[in-house]
Amino acid sequence: MTTASGKKPASPSRRRFIVGSATVAGGGLALGLPLPFAIDLGTGPVRAATPAVDGVEVTAWVVIKPDDRCVIRIARSEMGQGTMTGLAQLVVEELECDWAKVSTEFPTPGESLARKRAWGEFGTGGSRGIRTSQEYVRKGGAAARMMLLQATADEWKVPVAELTVANGVITHAASKRTTSYGKVAAAAAKLPAPDPASIKLKDPKDWKIAGKSMKRLDTAIKLDGSLVYAIDVKLPGMRCAAIKSCPVFGGKLVSFDESKIASRPGSPKAVKVDDATVAVVADTWWRAKTALEGLPVVWDEGSGVSQSSATIAAHLKEGLTAPVAYGMRQEGDALKAIASAAKRVEAVYSTPFLAHATMEPMNCTAKITPERAEVWVATQNGEASLATLSEASGLPLEKCEVYKHILGGGFGRRGGAQDYVRQAVDIAKQFPGVPIKMIWSREEDMTHDFYRPISQCRAEAGLDENGKLVGLHVRVSGQSINAFLNQAAAKDGKDDRQLQGYYAAPGDAQLGYSVPNLLIEYAMRNTHVPVGPWRGVNTNQNGLYMECFIDEVARAAGADPVAFRRTLMQNHPKHLGVLNAVAAKADWGKPLPAGVHRGVAQFMGYGSYSAAVAEVSVNDKGKLKVHRMVLGVNCGHAVNPDQIAAQVEGSVAYGLSATFYGECTVEKGRIAETNFHTYEILRLKDMPKIETVVVPTNDFWGGVGEPTICVVAPAVLNAIASATGKPVRTLPLKHMQMV
Amino acid sequence: MATLNINGKVHEVVVEADTPLLWVIREQVGLTGTKYGCGVAQCGACSVHINGEVQRSCVMPVSAVGANDRIVTIEGLSANASHPVQQAWAALDVPQCGYCQSGQIMAAAALLRKKPNPTDGEIDEAMTNICRCGTYQRIRAAVHMAAGNKVAAAGKAQTATPGGGS
Repeated sequence: MTTASGKKPASPSRRRFIVGSATVAGGGLALGLPLPFAIDLGTGPVRAATPAVDGVEVTAWVVIKPDDRCVIRIARSEMGQGTMTGLAQLVVEELECDWAKVSTEFPTPGESLARKRAWGEFGTGGSRGIRTSQEYVRKGGAAARMMLLQATADEWKVPVAELTVANGVITHAASKRTTSYGKVAAAAAKLPAPDPASIKLKDPKDWKIAGKSMKRLDTAIKLDGSLVYAIDVKLPGMRCAAIKSCPVFGGKLVSFDESKIASRPGSPKAVKVDDATVAVVADTWWRAKTALEGLPVVWDEGSGVSQSSATIAAHLKEGLTAPVAYGMRQEGDALKAIASAAKRVEAVYSTPFLAHATMEPMNCTAKITPERAEVWVATQNGEASLATLSEASGLPLEKCEVYKHILGGGFGRRGGAQDYVRQAVDIAKQFPGVPIKMIWSREEDMTHDFYRPISQCRAEAGLDENGKLVGLHVRVSGQSINAFLNQAAAKDGKDDRQLQGYYAAPGDAQLGYSVPNLLIEYAMRNTHVPVGPWRGVNTNQNGLYMECFIDEVARAAGADPVAFRRTLMQNHPKHLGVLNAVAAKADWGKPLPAGVHRGVAQFMGYGSYSAAVAEVSVNDKGKLKVHRMVLGVNCGHAVNPDQIAAQVEGSVAYGLSATFYGECTVEKGRIAETNFHTYEILRLKDMPKIETVVVPTNDFWGGVGEPTICVVAPAVLNAIASATGKPVRTLPLKHMQMV
Repeated sequence: MATLNINGKVHEVVVEADTPLLWVIREQVGLTGTKYGCGVAQCGACSVHINGEVQRSCVMPVSAVGANDRIVTIEGLSANASHPVQQAWAALDVPQCGYCQSGQIMAAAALLRKKPNPTDGEIDEAMTNICRCGTYQRIRAAVHMAAGNKVAAAGKAQTATPGGGS
């Protein structure tokens, strides 16, 4: 990208928003970046001030080169989920250029800010990458097409309506003239952009590029080692930093003895990073890491050292029956209906803390001078990185810049929590002008995550004499992400997000069942362990609780699990549509080979509807094998069906890792699992055959990256219960010696 | 001081003898396609070929590698990503984030050298690298596809291509 134009951010008196929440101990970071009043399509002098290198910027989203190659700007982050390709498809669909000549680039957050947030939101989490930007990126492509056609019409002195365009070639049929985007781009860029409100977008049923399984634009660079991830950055004069934070959350750094490492190779230097963290900087990372291992460090471990998984479990268990809880949904009188029901069902479930364990460990390269602050980083939110850089460096936003790299995994770890950016800046400030590449060891990464919050659930239901569900009471007790990262959203324990998936309102994470008497509660029980969003966030735990319990209720009613669900889903046709599609694809109700059993689950999150059927067997030694899973998703518009399938396949692996192995245990206030030998990840041999059914209804925009994880574990657990007759209510399965 | 033959090119590096080969490749030689994932030979992101065998370079001290040992990294696997494994990976759009894929590709290429038509069981046994994005289904399909493409040529690619410089 080009450099910032030097324009100052708009007045801070404008509407403000919180960028990120950098981090330590829940402190929010509000830097007040201006919100755009409208997305800037790149008109006027701002554009002229920032000419694209070796090409012409027609709109903020589209750069055209003289040889007709088109560069599509992508503001959202690419971490494997395919958003970069999907967004490019949407722009190109409207632009009508040649897909074979398309590449992408990331605009920088600093440049965007200087241009009044020309590219809108950078945040890439909550499966929002496409659904919350699709309209304005399509308009960015359409506006460019209109300008390119107008410039041609002006040159040829013909009405623009007489021109047609395909694959970047403009034709005037009457005069048999043709030209191409590369030839008219410079003239087009001088025209005023059309009023965004006047731009008519294509009906998705007419799509030719969007909606199709186009190949990813970033595959080739991932096959030959040429892609430079943030961890691969090399800068002149760069030194490398290894880092260590107090093993116990909330503990402090007391002292360290640099003299003990002074003679080691690589000229190591030990520095305090923050109250809880020390780093060693050397000429290479390996030398920095080994020197850090030899550095005597004294910690004050603080009060957290008294905590363990057992004390935390007891804390949560108390919340299951505590007299006070937040009742998010209180419809009818569930407690009374259950108490007077012909049959009563009750179960208690629990799920542990989980680490993200991105394959690329946390890292960030920072270069700080008195005049300028820069970071090279894998981030899910470039603007949050920019805000953190500004705050940590003490330099104003317009003197800061963030260079985004494709992420080696995100899963929520690299979004709001910009702890690793802050640390790199805190180190680099002590070496002015020297680029510092800070890399966390895997051990540091696993023991200083923002973990998926731990929770427990008590569910009870009442059935009448006909097996009809008359009352349902679900109480979740556990840690709140908002209480840690965004306290305003968790005031007085009223934290709807911890009940994600149980909402009454349609559109986001609505419960797909209608129950005459319903009570959904949350008892906030926080711990000293940092928590944050983990791919799928609370839909994972809540989907497991609801869907395993509904199966238990169906069994008590003597009903087939799919048929029982259908009776509760008549007011939720979209939920039901996906369930039915999956049941059909999986041949629900038809015979299976001996010893193979099915389980089902359905749930909603991130604006999309998901369902799964698992086929499993449990052998005579009690070992589980998941043979096949059928997953269905309705994400509204399916921008790239093959990449949706890829996300579904990946979500099964992510969900099964958690189901089989995932657990971060707390011992003496710290996380006991330090690497992949104790925090195991699913490997190829245990990957079941996945069949994905994409059933888009084309009447809304839902997310894709996260929604299907939440049905993986309950489908498998329900199949296990079918196989063994015994419900599984606690994860992971490794404790039952099933895997 | 160590002498290494990487991707057909000889590199003289000044480094402590116990430095893992991974970090010598990344930091002294400057080839960053080989990745750090765990440092304890669990994940396989650091996989390289040494004399045609796949090895996890994060636990291999540089002193264990001699000047005559032929090291091949992802950068040297083929010219222009033409190895059948790379072509199959491209055809099926295997990578998601891509971070583990250098290691996956090196593991698959080594497997196919030994077993040109591996069964699913042999793929299970050989392909033990971790992919956190969960691309395993496509990895399996791509190994089969590459096998169908007559991977005998893979052996040649091991030594044919000069890699990047230091």
